[in-house]
Amino acid sequence: MKILVSVKRAIDYNVRIQVAPDGSGVVKNGVKHSMNPFDEIAVEQAIRWKEDGTATEVVAVAIGDDAVAEQLRTAVAFGCDRAIHVKTDDEVQPLTAARVFKALAERESPDMFLMGKQAIDDDANQTGQMTAAKLNWPQATFASKIELADGKAEVTREIDTGLETLSVDLPAVVTVDLRLNEPRYLKLPNIMKAKKKPIEALAFDELDVAAATPIKTVTTKAPPKRAGGIMVETVDELVAKLKEKSLI
Amino acid sequence: MSDIERDVMTYDVIVVGAGPAGLATAMRLKQNAPDKEVCVLEKASEVGAQNLAGAVIETGPLDTLVPNWREDPPDICVDVTGDEFWMLKKDGATRMPTPPQQNNHGNVVVSLANMMAWLAPKAEELGVEIYPGFSAAEALFDDNGAVKGVRTPDMGIARDGTLKGTYEPGIEIHAPITIFAEGCRGHCTKQLVKRFELDTDCDPQTYAIGLKELWKVPPERSQPGLVQHTIGWPLENDIYGGSFIYHLTEDRIALGFVVGLDYADPRFEPFEAFQQWKHHPKIRALIEDGEIISAGARALVEGGWQSLPKLEMPGALIVGDAGGTLNVPKIKGIHTAMASGILAADHLCEAGAVDGFDAALRASEVGSELKKVRNIRPGFLRGKWAGLANAAWETVTAGHSPWTLHNHADWRATEKLAAVENQPTPAQANDWQTSRDLAPRDRLASVYFAQTEHDENQPVHLQILEPDICVSRCTQEYGNPCTRFCPANVYEMVDNDAGEKELHINAANCVHCKTCDIKDPYQIINWVTPEGGSGPNYTNL
Repeated sequence: MKILVSVKRAIDYNVRIQVAPDGSGVVKNGVKHSMNPFDEIAVEQAIRWKEDGTATEVVAVAIGDDAVAEQLRTAVAFGCDRAIHVKTDDEVQPLTAARVFKALAERESPDMFLMGKQAIDDDANQTGQMTAAKLNWPQATFASKIELADGKAEVTREIDTGLETLSVDLPAVVTVDLRLNEPRYLKLPNIMKAKKKPIEALAFDELDVAAATPIKTVTTKAPPKRAGGIMVETVDELVAKLKEKSLI
Repeated sequence: MSDIERDVMTYDVIVVGAGPAGLATAMRLKQNAPDKEVCVLEKASEVGAQNLAGAVIETGPLDTLVPNWREDPPDICVDVTGDEFWMLKKDGATRMPTPPQQNNHGNVVVSLANMMAWLAPKAEELGVEIYPGFSAAEALFDDNGAVKGVRTPDMGIARDGTLKGTYEPGIEIHAPITIFAEGCRGHCTKQLVKRFELDTDCDPQTYAIGLKELWKVPPERSQPGLVQHTIGWPLENDIYGGSFIYHLTEDRIALGFVVGLDYADPRFEPFEAFQQWKHHPKIRALIEDGEIISAGARALVEGGWQSLPKLEMPGALIVGDAGGTLNVPKIKGIHTAMASGILAADHLCEAGAVDGFDAALRASEVGSELKKVRNIRPGFLRGKWAGLANAAWETVTAGHSPWTLHNHADWRATEKLAAVENQPTPAQANDWQTSRDLAPRDRLASVYFAQTEHDENQPVHLQILEPDICVSRCTQEYGNPCTRFCPANVYEMVDNDAGEKELHINAANCVHCKTCDIKDPYQIINWVTPEGGSGPNYTNL
């Protein structure tokens, strides 16, 4: 079984996000980036399957500027066999990513495309679904457990009302949720070896995909500052205040 | 845990720490001998993420390493346009002549965090291998007792010491030569100084704590390139310390406050002194209505020439502030740290062995620079005015005094509560304000701006060697000063279920400043490396 797994370079979860003064977005320069944590869970799952013999080849794919190579190297250090870097300096929106992933899936013919359920930067939660639609493949999103048998994947999904189990034919797109696994710590020797592995670079036109940013961001603003609260002494005073503000 | 089977990697040289000293060493090694395999370990999650300094730098060593660096300078790099030195009173400020050591003509203001992140790819271009997220947990020794490399920390151990499912033992990295460039109060360096008795012929090292914040201020307040320093309020006379205000581009101002850790009163709170200083009318006018962007703290070495330990031992060298090459009167250590790294690399290239590096460093410009100013910092032991007078003498005589003033261990300077309880507290003596309104509200709010992160479920990396002392003797004798000198609120005395006081260690807050390891009056706090990649993630500090 061959698995493609997507990797996105996102601002690290620890970073205090700042809005760029010109309103063009958030400050990304000089800010720590790392692999989207949900993608890390996807990579971990693929590697576990490779280690137990279920998967024969795991290929990490990413879209973005030169810096993205860092996250692909991390994926290789996890144990991915190869890495493909589709290069662009432009913003990558979910629809564009889905088009690229469709082209890569057709080129690589995997049995499963594993992805994080969403990236922690834009939180769009669209790329997996769009990729499945573009490929006309089954999809199973928010996976917290995946079992493979007889050319099918039985996927336990975390949904609002609890857990739901789907059985999907392979090839399929599966997006993973937080509780699927806990990613490993990388071994230093593996990171050292990953530095020396080549990463295949592709351009959009080699995949016949148009680089497009259909959604235009007009402006980005920080939420308005909240006024400080006040302390009240008694319940009566609280009720009076609430009435004053027509809240009760 | 000696029976754990560990992977072993081998290099020609290991450098511990990707700060200015470490990167300079590694880059120069590759420039001298491109086929040597050089591995740099860095405990931060990214290069630069745990570097914190003012910082006005002299660019000499950078010119040596990267001659064309000005064609592609770091994001934050502003030519100094002017120097100002101010004496503060609570409500006023008097401009003083700038001490000659602090003339910054020709220097640049940078962010060290930003500059290291910028320098790392240049080192990698030379073939240096840098591994952020991996610290050196301990030095390793061969059968003859020489340093043979380091071990990286074990990952995936729970707070109670049991192994988690993700457990991954650290690996051993071996090399004929290991360079310790861990910065001030390096965790391995501390062990090595003890093991090889590297400090028998020098005074104890002395330290200060530096606290820093980066602010975005309303337009037209920042005058890019202006370098301002203040002394005086909120530390009048009795405590050695002062501030810096470095004006950057894009309406940013770097603010910092440095306090000598030889202060005597255990009731003193360095973090609070910094916050008080920000509320001085002169400072407040700069930052009011602005926004704090990031914050952090780091101890720095102040001992200088007479506290410099021996910098070589079998199989290893110490460079930069792990040894203590900072020039206190200049308030600069980055150029000397880098220069010591370059010297180490050149020495290894020429001599092929560690022997003789210590003498080479002392005979170098770094050595003579430190020797010349050696008496200035200890002159402040008798207060600000005596210190300033002594500094003037030492400056006029260019350090040719026939004497060398001695340094004393900072933790020994701490007085017991009984000795100070009849005196006003530092807050009362300096007439500190009782309420503050500029961010951050307190130390916890400040830690948020350091973006510090530790997995809570790992062994506490602040080891208390004798916990009983904390609740018994220390409470009585010193009033648990750790709860006050720590800038990140790591130490708290809380009531346990039995109604007794207990020391609670919020290790996840730690910003790796090392102040506790230095200032604790019983020397029972031992800072060890947490899981790799833990700790603050500074942006542009």
